[in-house]
Amino acid sequence: MGMHFLQPLNLVAGVILFWMALGLFGLLLQRRPRLITGLLFPAGAAGGVFLLLIGGYAMGDSSQTMVLGFGLPDLPFHLRLDSLSCFFLALLGSVAAGISWFASGYFRTMQGSALGLLCLQYHVFLASMGLVMLADDAYLFMVAWETMALSSYFLVTTDHHLPEVHKAGFLYLLIAHIGAIAILLSFGVMQGGHGDYTFGALREAHLTSFWASVAFLLALFGFGAKAGMLPLHVWLPDAHPAAPSPVSALMSGVMLKTAIYGILRVTFDLLGTPLLWWGALVLALGLVSALFGVMFAAVQTDMKRLLAYSSIENIGVIFVGVGLTIIFHSDGKGLLAALALTATLYHSINHAFFKGLLFLGTGAVLHATGERNLGRLGGLIHRMPWVAALSLVGALAIAGLPPLNGFVSEWLMLQAFLLSPGLSQPYLNMLVPVAAAALVLATALSAYVMVKFYGVIFLGQPRAENIRQAHDAGWWERLGLGWLALGCIALGLMPVAVILQLDSVTHALIGQDLGNTAAKSGWLFLTPVAAQRASYSPVFFLTVILVVVLISFLAVRLFYTGRLKRGPAWDCGYPAQTARMQDTAEGFGQPIRHIFGPVFRTQVELPGADDLKPKYRVIVQDRFWHLIYLPIARSVEFSSRQIGKLQQGRIHVYLLYSFLTLIALLLLIR
Amino acid sequence: MSLIEGISYQLLQSLLMVLLAPLMLGWVNQCRAWLQNKSGAGLLQPYRVLRKLFHKDVVLAHNASVLFRATPYIRFGCMWLAAGIVPVLATDLPFSPAADVIALVGIFSLSRMFLALAAMDIGTAFGGLGARREMMVSFLAEPALLMVFFTASLISHSTSLTTIVQTLAHAKFVIYPSLAFAAAAFLMILLAENARVPVDNPATHLELTMMHEAMILEYSGRHLALVEWASAIKLLIYITIGIALFLPFGIAEAGEWSALPLAFGALLVKLLLAGSGLALLETLSAKMRIFLVPEFLGTAFLLAVLGLLMHFLLES
Repeated sequence: MGMHFLQPLNLVAGVILFWMALGLFGLLLQRRPRLITGLLFPAGAAGGVFLLLIGGYAMGDSSQTMVLGFGLPDLPFHLRLDSLSCFFLALLGSVAAGISWFASGYFRTMQGSALGLLCLQYHVFLASMGLVMLADDAYLFMVAWETMALSSYFLVTTDHHLPEVHKAGFLYLLIAHIGAIAILLSFGVMQGGHGDYTFGALREAHLTSFWASVAFLLALFGFGAKAGMLPLHVWLPDAHPAAPSPVSALMSGVMLKTAIYGILRVTFDLLGTPLLWWGALVLALGLVSALFGVMFAAVQTDMKRLLAYSSIENIGVIFVGVGLTIIFHSDGKGLLAALALTATLYHSINHAFFKGLLFLGTGAVLHATGERNLGRLGGLIHRMPWVAALSLVGALAIAGLPPLNGFVSEWLMLQAFLLSPGLSQPYLNMLVPVAAAALVLATALSAYVMVKFYGVIFLGQPRAENIRQAHDAGWWERLGLGWLALGCIALGLMPVAVILQLDSVTHALIGQDLGNTAAKSGWLFLTPVAAQRASYSPVFFLTVILVVVLISFLAVRLFYTGRLKRGPAWDCGYPAQTARMQDTAEGFGQPIRHIFGPVFRTQVELPGADDLKPKYRVIVQDRFWHLIYLPIARSVEFSSRQIGKLQQGRIHVYLLYSFLTLIALLLLIR
Repeated sequence: MSLIEGISYQLLQSLLMVLLAPLMLGWVNQCRAWLQNKSGAGLLQPYRVLRKLFHKDVVLAHNASVLFRATPYIRFGCMWLAAGIVPVLATDLPFSPAADVIALVGIFSLSRMFLALAAMDIGTAFGGLGARREMMVSFLAEPALLMVFFTASLISHSTSLTTIVQTLAHAKFVIYPSLAFAAAAFLMILLAENARVPVDNPATHLELTMMHEAMILEYSGRHLALVEWASAIKLLIYITIGIALFLPFGIAEAGEWSALPLAFGALLVKLLLAGSGLALLETLSAKMRIFLVPEFLGTAFLLAVLGLLMHFLLES
């Protein structure tokens, strides 16, 4: 009996309860802000580390279930821990740990009830995400899903006195609920008329391919809305920047992954046998999202909006992986499906780490300078060396550069693309390489975006006077940033170990893993299929570069002079240089606007020839907003006005309605 | 092949590439001078420039950070690693499993990103401009380069450079139409990525046209020497990749010491021809406007994708 309580499932449930309790304590302790930031948030982080350990430990175990006697009458909550949930719980725990550490430093200036409420919402948000991954019936899943949406809504609207935050929160809530309805309907279709909503029953229900497709499309819509997939992305660039930075990091890093979890759970576990065209659809949507996201990221001038658009890109890349997995799986190419799924999971955890890191980095910058506008930042590498160094790791990782983690998942995905010849569909065979080209273009563009992001914030000269007084982040913040940066490095340097862990997930979902081949050449060399086919060794890679750097540094010192003089910048001899002459965020967006013009909805205002105060203004807008959302909003407003005409506010009119209804019913049911 | 032998091969090749890279640059410049009816500065001029730069003091802008000072070394390290991976004289080197073609593109990308960041570090007008233009060229050229590599790896069923070169070198003489497209695309990428005419001009310091030169404007002394040296190595690596992919004949298997002289001779002839060809190309064409560069590279990208599709249509 004593050992019984130490089962992984109980421990995970314990961490979730622990988070809930921390939230409540936060509410009780709101008069003691030091205690909330100095104790509760670090304790939450410790819970995250514990979750990472359990998830990693139990990933290879067989699944465990538990039935909780509370919930709705006659509808107990079912919990289940299997390798897929273990993976996503480990992701949640590891990233939440870094973010909570950062948060304990970041929120230390907040006071009173605002901090208490924030602590409650923050920890409920964490707990609900954990519960989403444990839920084993549709009811509990929807309860957890809604709790997640609501708690994050309250977190987004922390600064609710600002009108744009208010607006962003409303849009987020609206789209989250439209998505939730679709997920609910999808579960309704999946139960196939039996009325049993446990996931076990959904697995057993045999659907015709038509109804399976309906369920899949509804799930894709619902989870796509949460993930920020095109064209359901419009809330994301507003909501993520509006939230406090640790919350932005949590939303971009982890919450978007719950949607990936959902789509994987539904497609490979509940529905079982995906169809080929589902994969093609997901692949296409993913590619469009990736390209759209990165192009819009390149033209942003707000650092958090830039990162939010970059999240759309990365979610697109993950969807590309999901699509490839479905295509290969339904075509009977087990090994390739395992490769694509491994790349998908790998990119999910990579994105959680580097996007979390970068959002926290912008948080530290925002805290120190009060500026989100890239046009007023610059030169912070001198004032904030810790944040600059750790953010550099994130920027290089997100740009997909070896030997960091972003490169590994990109590499695995490209390997999956390159192995595609031999699909049974000749058209697909032709389209897959074109898709690879689009994916590579998106990745190359993300390097461009990151040079802009990092260069404009941290390098050059300060573009505004007030940021000359910026201070570096405190130790809690450094700990959080350092944890995530370390994760980016470790995931980049040890791909074989990570893939061996992921194998139990791919094995559970599609019945195939890479374990036999990936580690064949030892832990040093990653060989996903065969050593002659492709191999990559990040450790080797890093060692050679470091050794050469060291040798060349010492050799130059030994044989030549190490003398150095400081002087003013040369800049081709221009005498008067100011910080305003540096390239700006807008300038960096210009080539992208020029090359990919039709993608953007651009309004340009040029000054006339005799303007005394000439002004040049460019407004870049999202086409989807005008193509889809505004027409829908207008038609909703129009129809509600028409329906509103029924409401006359006079009693005899309402009596007349009742009378007419009665007549109509009598006629119909005669 | 014993490990010692393999490592000595490896070091020999890397050293050879690093030491001979300025000579290749000298040869291209000399050929161009001859084509323009000038006498030229001689084959060894790049070495003299490097020697001069190494002896000079560094003048560092007040605003320069650690990133600016570390970048020349990182770039040099990246290029050294790349030089160790590309099969030049022999295939199957001990370093080669460390990185395949995709990782090779990653190495170039890493060194470029550091250089672009270093260019923005001082905060001058030209630095940022150069970084932006360089990154614009690269986000178009990098996918095209990967597409070229993908075509070659689809033919040889591998992304490992060793296997690709072995397959292409030892297969019976077959004309792959896809490789013809890929070769044309590769040539365009080579010009763009190495800042050569018509995309960029390594000899210019005219504000409106420079890209690579704008990025390294603030470097001086030993830093500049390392950056220039790394650029020379990069040019040589690109040319040898081109040779390895499209003209691999005569390359030695690892461990065949006897085949080495022949391989060296064949390589020398190919390099001399490639260098003079590059000089001819640069003499005949003019630098294009910056807004035409995306079209130029877009064409390269499309050619590479066409090559890939050609492979699927005709060769599989």
